[in-house]
Amino acid sequence: MVTLLYFAGLRESLGRSREQVSLPAHGTPTVSLLVESLRSRDAQSAEALAPGKRWRVAVNQQMADLATPVKAGDEIAFFPPVTGG
Amino acid sequence: MARARVQQADFDVGAELEALTRGRSDVGAVASFVGLVRDANDGSSVRGLTLEHYPGMTEKALEDICTQADARWDLQGLVVIHRVGSLVPGDRIVLVGVASAHRGHAFEACEFIMDYLKTRAPFWKREDTSEGTRWVEARASDDAAAQRWK
Repeated sequence: MVTLLYFAGLRESLGRSREQVSLPAHGTPTVSLLVESLRSRDAQSAEALAPGKRWRVAVNQQMADLATPVKAGDEIAFFPPVTGG
Repeated sequence: MARARVQQADFDVGAELEALTRGRSDVGAVASFVGLVRDANDGSSVRGLTLEHYPGMTEKALEDICTQADARWDLQGLVVIHRVGSLVPGDRIVLVGVASAHRGHAFEACEFIMDYLKTRAPFWKREDTSEGTRWVEARASDDAAAQRWK
């Protein structure tokens, strides 16, 4: 299992701030593979994490990208581009 | 004390900058940046904003930016404070203070920290405007500003 966190507009459009999911059983687990499995799981995730949408990902609180490996126990956060300062 | 802080409370700019040089005489320059809530954005009047962040990652991201600034410039003191929660126009949002022997290092490090903070620290602003509430969109100009330090 991994913990998924959602922030800001992504949290609002999905209607939840966290969830636990299993990693896909096939292939080497990466952010890309996880995102694909979330997209195929439900229409809301498919919309919120659509390929053309601007979203960012962090793995264990470090900025990451589609190629970043993920493993059981990881904290994976999805959010829009940041707007602090 | 940690160099980077995330807090709801306001901060005292004078006291924070004073703390950078207290008890030492080798600092020749202190540069600072204070970000404030504006009352207008993208053509709408702004009544207030709420700042959301990613507790845990935010502090790490800010500390990492401070470490990078320390490695690139010769700095003698550094403070970054970013507020979260509900703010109104005129409120302070962010403070960056940098102490160095010479002004060049202090100015550059201060700008670098803000440019990186704007694109790498997980904060999100939600504006309460005359047309309703909306999430602030990230600006391409902020990405461009951060790119020049590569």
